[in-house]
Amino acid sequence: MAVNLKELSKKADRITAGHRMCAGCGAPIVAKWVLKALKTEDKAVIANATGCMEVSTCLYPYVAWKDSYIHSAFENAGATISGVETAYNSLKKQGKVKDNYKFITFGGDGGTYDIGLQSLSATMERGHDVVYVCYDNGAYMNTGIQRSSATPFGASTTTSPQGKAVPGKQQYRKDLTSVIAAHHIPYAAQTVASKWKDLYEKSEKAIYTKGPAFINVLTPCARGWRCDTQKELQVVDLAVETCFWPLYEIIDGKYILNYKPKKKLPITEWLKPQGRFKHLFKPGNEYMIDAIQKEVDKNWEELLKKCNL
Amino acid sequence: MAKRVSLSGNEAVATAMRQIEPDVVAAYPITPSTEVPQYFSQFVNNGQVKTEFIPVESEHSAMSACIGASAAGARVMTATSSNGLAYMWEPLYIAASLRRPIVMAAVNRALSGPINIHNDHSDSMGARDSGWLQIYSENVQEAYDNFIQAVRISENADVRLPVMVCYDGFITSHGIENMVLLEEEEVKKFVGEHKDDYFLLGDTPIALGTFDGNQYYFEHKRLQAQGMINAKKVILEIAAEYEKITGRKYNFFEKYKMDDAEIAIVVIGSSAGTSKVVVDELREKGIKAGLIKIRVFRPFPAPEIAEALKNVKALAVLDKTDSFATTGGPLFKEVRSAVYGIGDNKVVKSYIYGLGGRDVTVDSIKEVYAGLQEDLTAGKYEIYNYLGVRE
Repeated sequence: MAVNLKELSKKADRITAGHRMCAGCGAPIVAKWVLKALKTEDKAVIANATGCMEVSTCLYPYVAWKDSYIHSAFENAGATISGVETAYNSLKKQGKVKDNYKFITFGGDGGTYDIGLQSLSATMERGHDVVYVCYDNGAYMNTGIQRSSATPFGASTTTSPQGKAVPGKQQYRKDLTSVIAAHHIPYAAQTVASKWKDLYEKSEKAIYTKGPAFINVLTPCARGWRCDTQKELQVVDLAVETCFWPLYEIIDGKYILNYKPKKKLPITEWLKPQGRFKHLFKPGNEYMIDAIQKEVDKNWEELLKKCNL
Repeated sequence: MAKRVSLSGNEAVATAMRQIEPDVVAAYPITPSTEVPQYFSQFVNNGQVKTEFIPVESEHSAMSACIGASAAGARVMTATSSNGLAYMWEPLYIAASLRRPIVMAAVNRALSGPINIHNDHSDSMGARDSGWLQIYSENVQEAYDNFIQAVRISENADVRLPVMVCYDGFITSHGIENMVLLEEEEVKKFVGEHKDDYFLLGDTPIALGTFDGNQYYFEHKRLQAQGMINAKKVILEIAAEYEKITGRKYNFFEKYKMDDAEIAIVVIGSSAGTSKVVVDELREKGIKAGLIKIRVFRPFPAPEIAEALKNVKALAVLDKTDSFATTGGPLFKEVRSAVYGIGDNKVVKSYIYGLGGRDVTVDSIKEVYAGLQEDLTAGKYEIYNYLGVRE
């Protein structure tokens, strides 16, 4: 069935307005579209790693989630949801739970790429029927923009600040989607917060594919990216147009490219609107931009090969 | 009909688990508790239980999965030891504060480092303020009995807190002893159905583990403390019920020849057995020696301990761990605090003993009682002592 924005807008949101995320934060957009993909008749349990989304959507005694929700700690969202899903299997078999449930976890890049990776990896390996959604905004934004292993090369963060001796982060980002794909799970995908249709369709596939599924969503954080809130979704689009963040999915091991830019834009288009990369445009730092372009080109070529393109 | 068998502590606890048949078990292997999930996963794969077993990748995830499964409405259990318990530190506190009735076999082993696999109490004693109930066992029978009772205590609506059932690594976990098992139906009847009023898979959605600011956190902690306060009454009620079906009596602690005791030892776990032998020998010589074996350490039965010790003139509290405060072990602090102001001029001293599995001999316990007698004669004593160590 073709996805119709007008029709979908009539479907009730399962995360409410009135949460306390920053104005312009990309994370609730992600949560909204992922949960839209749930069938109305299906119930869900949402697990959340500690992070912006968690502290801002459930300040006792308020909660912005319409489904059951659990937060335990920073690094254990994967293990927590695997416990919930296993309990469901047990109680369902015993006839103690009648409804159909889906299990969805949200974690930022800190809770997913770094401190929660072990717990996530094991959850994927054990084959729990859960969806893990990483809203990757490229740094520990909740604690004040510290670098993570998802932070792009060159970015200035509060623990990889651009200084006289070291111009920002000196390491390339971890390719987590590939790491998760190496678990040979039935569904893994990369998408962005700015393309609702892609995000929605991938969420639907992830939720309704039996077994573990993972979606990595590049999500804007205007605070951390030092960009204009009003233009942040366009900035995210530029990540796709420059091939910094390609849209693709891996279904049962088969790589599928979902979008190929007609004209691949130079990486500077993605870097320029973001204050965290400002120092890269200073005279003498050209080599860093060249290095970033090279890395993006290499990754893009590799992906095309994997997609048999 | 009860059945006489010879089992190790781990076998007995795994058997209790099988008889209870929880909905979910999540565990990670670590010596000496490994056998518990090992035996249990065999029960699962043989189809002897309906339980779902989660073979997690770490103890941190074991406790996290237990929290998730318990929140979803399942009866949940796990087992661990030593560094595994330490690795669970963070979710241990979360389990207690989210009021999850999880039952854990905590098979006591020395905490690294240096790495050591043998018994002492540094692992569970480190977790004494995590909000878990702690019930200690002297032998295989007690480990089995405590494990079954723990389910009821933990799930009681007035308590709703996780329970650690502790027993000594190797000494009890691997030592094979004669014991009595209940029939499976008796256990099932005793523990009953697991019921939850609020759970993630219930009719009304709930949120658990939300951000709790300074307007509410304090009240929630107070409620958590109330659960622990309420546990005292519940522990005794459950023990009385258990006695009816087994004939075995349980209390907060066991008093051994305490009625007219003038010198006494307070101890936890398997060393109580060794100490009882010494008490018997001393009694034959006309020395009024007694012993208190702690069963329930959290909540700590302070007034009851004070009452039991009120007529004792000299008292040694034995800790199989050191708190490194240079002032005595954790049990010592609790006991001294309990008896403070009750019977002045009592000798109350701390002995750190048996660390890293150092053998606790009859002779070393005799040394403690002899020391108490000398202290009474001398009228002065050292508070902080190490027993059986080369110095």
